[in-house]
Amino acid sequence: MMTRDVVVCDPKPLGTLQRFYLVEVAKGLAVTLRHFLGNLFARKYTVTVEWPEVKREYSERLRGRHILLARPDGSPRCVACYMCEEACPAECIHIEAEEDPASPTIEYEKRPKVFTIDLLRCVYCGFCVDACPKEAIVMSRTHEMAFAGRAEAVVGLDQLLQKGPYEQLDLGYRPYYGAPRSRIELPIPVRASQPPR
Amino acid sequence: MENREQTVAVIRNIFPEGAGVEELPGGEMQAFRVDRRVLPELARHLKNDPALDFKLLLDVCGVDYPGRDERFEVVYHAASLERGQRIRLRVPVREDDLVVPSVYGVWRAADWFEREAFDMFGIRFEGHPNLKRILCHQAFQGHALRKDYDPGQRWLLREAEQDDMPAWAKEHPEDADHFETQVLNLGPSHPATHGTLRMVVRLDGEIITKAEVEIGYLHRCFEKMAESHTWNQVIPYTDRLNYCSAMMNGVGYALAVENMLGVSAPPRAQTIRLILSELSRIMDHIVDIGANLNDLGAMTPFLYMYEAREEIYSLLEACCGSRLTMSYVRIGGLSHDVPHDFADSVRYLLKRIPTLIGDMETLITENRIFRDRTEGIGRLSAEDAVDWGWTGPCLRACGVAYDVRKAYPYLGYETYDFKVPVSHAGDTYGRYLVRVEEIKQSLALVEQALGRLEPGPVIVDDHNVALPPKEKVYTEMESLIWHFKLIMEGMKVPAGEGYGFSEGANGELGYYIVSDGGGKPYRIKVRPPCFAIFQAYPHMLEGNTVSDAVAMLGSFNVIAGELDR
Repeated sequence: MMTRDVVVCDPKPLGTLQRFYLVEVAKGLAVTLRHFLGNLFARKYTVTVEWPEVKREYSERLRGRHILLARPDGSPRCVACYMCEEACPAECIHIEAEEDPASPTIEYEKRPKVFTIDLLRCVYCGFCVDACPKEAIVMSRTHEMAFAGRAEAVVGLDQLLQKGPYEQLDLGYRPYYGAPRSRIELPIPVRASQPPR
Repeated sequence: MENREQTVAVIRNIFPEGAGVEELPGGEMQAFRVDRRVLPELARHLKNDPALDFKLLLDVCGVDYPGRDERFEVVYHAASLERGQRIRLRVPVREDDLVVPSVYGVWRAADWFEREAFDMFGIRFEGHPNLKRILCHQAFQGHALRKDYDPGQRWLLREAEQDDMPAWAKEHPEDADHFETQVLNLGPSHPATHGTLRMVVRLDGEIITKAEVEIGYLHRCFEKMAESHTWNQVIPYTDRLNYCSAMMNGVGYALAVENMLGVSAPPRAQTIRLILSELSRIMDHIVDIGANLNDLGAMTPFLYMYEAREEIYSLLEACCGSRLTMSYVRIGGLSHDVPHDFADSVRYLLKRIPTLIGDMETLITENRIFRDRTEGIGRLSAEDAVDWGWTGPCLRACGVAYDVRKAYPYLGYETYDFKVPVSHAGDTYGRYLVRVEEIKQSLALVEQALGRLEPGPVIVDDHNVALPPKEKVYTEMESLIWHFKLIMEGMKVPAGEGYGFSEGANGELGYYIVSDGGGKPYRIKVRPPCFAIFQAYPHMLEGNTVSDAVAMLGSFNVIAGELDR
C-alpha cells in the first residue's frame, strides 16, 4: 500500500553560485575550519580518547568476562544445574557435576567438578546470567582480553571464581531487581586508567 | 477481506477448480497451493493482471518436510503495492523429480532467491539463466538446509577445488579495434566492497561491459543454526544480520514470533523498541552515507557523523550491556527496563544529532563535486526497482512511496506523525537525499515516542513465554519450575507458518517462520532487504565506469552480514 504522507526530496537544480564550485567549497571549508580551530584551542569537538591511557566509562550493564560468585566460605555458589549450559546459544559452557560431600545442608547437594567457558566461542549475550537460578554466574566489566592460544581461552573454575570481596569486583551485567542501577551520561565521561606520565 | 475475495475470484476465473491452484484456508496471509505446471502462467497473471497487480516478489524459499510424500515445498511471497495485499504461493515438489519452473522471466527479483533455494535444498529451477550455488562454495557437497544434513558437518574448500572465475571471464574476446578487453577482480577484501563481496568485471577501456557478483564469504548458517536453537536463543544470532542496526533485526524477529504466539509486548516495551529502532535506523543511515562519501573521497563527514553513532552505541550499551550485538529484545518484550536516566540521554542525542547532520549537509548536499559524482549514477526506474524486489530507502529514492511503517504499521507507528521521504531521481544522489531526510523523520519519531514513555512492565507476564522475574525464581518453587522448563524446552509456538515483516534500515526485513509446535523453529527464512537490492547491481553496472561502480555500491548500503546470513 503506497502512502500519500510523503515529503518529496528531489534534487534541486544547481544555482548559479553552486555551479561556481568555489562558493560551496568555501562554505565547506568554513565548517572544517571551525572544527579545526575549536579542536586546536579548546578540544571542543574532539570525541576520540587516547586509549589505553584514557578509557571511556562503560555502564554497569556491560557484558564482559564472566565471574562465578562464591559463598562466604569461598566455595562456588553454583549448584551445577546446567541451566547456563542449556541457555547458551553459542554452546561455550561445559559443566560436570559431582556430589558435594562437605555440604552442611540439604540445600546444596551438587557442585561443579568442572566448569569451563570458552571465551573465544562466547558471544557475550548474557543468557547464562538470565538463566542462573542461584545468581552464581554474573558478568564483569572486563572486556579487554587477550590470549596466546585457543586453549588458553578456555577458562576453568580457578580462573572464573570470584576473587576478592564482592564490593571490589568490577561488576557488569547481573540480575536486576528493583530499580535498575545503571547510570548513563552522554557524552560518556572518560576516566584515566593510570595517571598520564 | 474484500481484497482476498477479489483475488480468489480473479484467479478462479483463469484457473477453474481442479486446474492446479487451490486456496488454503486460514492463515495470516492469503495462501495458495499451486501445481508447479501452472506456476509460470499463474505468476504472469499475478504480475500483469491489473486486478491482481502483485508486482513485488518479496521472497522465494524452500522448506523441507522429510515425512511428506512431496518432500519439498517452494514458498513464494508477493505483494501488491497499489492494493496493499500480500499473497503466499506454496509449490510442493517430490524429491525424485526436484524441478520447478523458474519465475525469473516474470519477476527478476527471483534471480538470487531461486539460486539460494537451489543451493540450500537442491531444487532445480528450470529456465533460470545462471543457476549455481550462491552462499555455499562451488565444491560444496549436499544441500545444507535439508533436514538430513548434519549441522555439525564442516565442508572445507581446498585450493585446488576453487573455481574462482565465471566462464565468461576466462574467454579473451577481442573487440572491433583488436584490443583485448580486460577482466578485473574486485574483492573480496577490497576497501570499497563494504564487507566481503567480490565482483568480477570485464572492462573495455574504463567502461564495464559485463559484471558478476559473488557473495557468501560471510555465510554463517543463520537459518540452519536457528533450527537447532530455542526460539529465544535465535535472538543473539539475529543481531549479526544487519550489524549496523542490530536492534531492528531482533525487533522484527520478536514481532514475527509474537504474532504466531498471539501475544504482544507491553506498551512500555513497544515504545522503547520504537525509540531504539529509530535510533538504530539513524545509525545505519549514518554508516551508509558516511561510507559512501568515504568511498568518494570525502572522509570528513564520515568522521563528524561517527560521533552521533558512538553516542547512540553508548546509549544502547547502557540499556543492554553491549554496543554492537545487543541481544536486548526478548520474545514478549525486552530483557529488562532501560536505566532511569534514559530519557535525558535520548534528549541529549536529539539535540546533538541535528547539529552533526547540519555540518554534514553544509559540506555535501549542495557541493557540486559530490553532485557531479552521484547525479545520474546508478539510476533505476520505479518499475525496474519493484521488479528487482527493492524495498526501503533505495525504492523510495526511485519514487515509490512504500514504507512498511505506513502500509502495515507495527509498534504503534500509525499513531505517530511522520512522513515518508520520496525522491524521483532514482540515482545515488536521490538515495543520499532520502536517507538524510529519513534521519530527520526518525528524530521526530523518537521525540514523540519519548513523550509517551509511561512506566510499566517491559515483558509480558506469561510464564509460557517470558522467564519469571528473578526474585520469584529465587524464592518460589513454581516460578523455578517454569524457569527451568522454559530454558530447557523453549517456548511452544503453535504449529503453523507466518511471515513477519518490518521496515529495516535497508528495506523490508521479513522472517518466514514455520513452527511444528515444538520448542525450536522448524524453519526460519530471513528475507534480507539488501539481498534483493544487491542482485540488481551487476546488471546496473554495465555501461558504467569503475569509479561509478564504487559510488553506486556505497549508496545501496550492502551489509554482508545480512546478505550472506
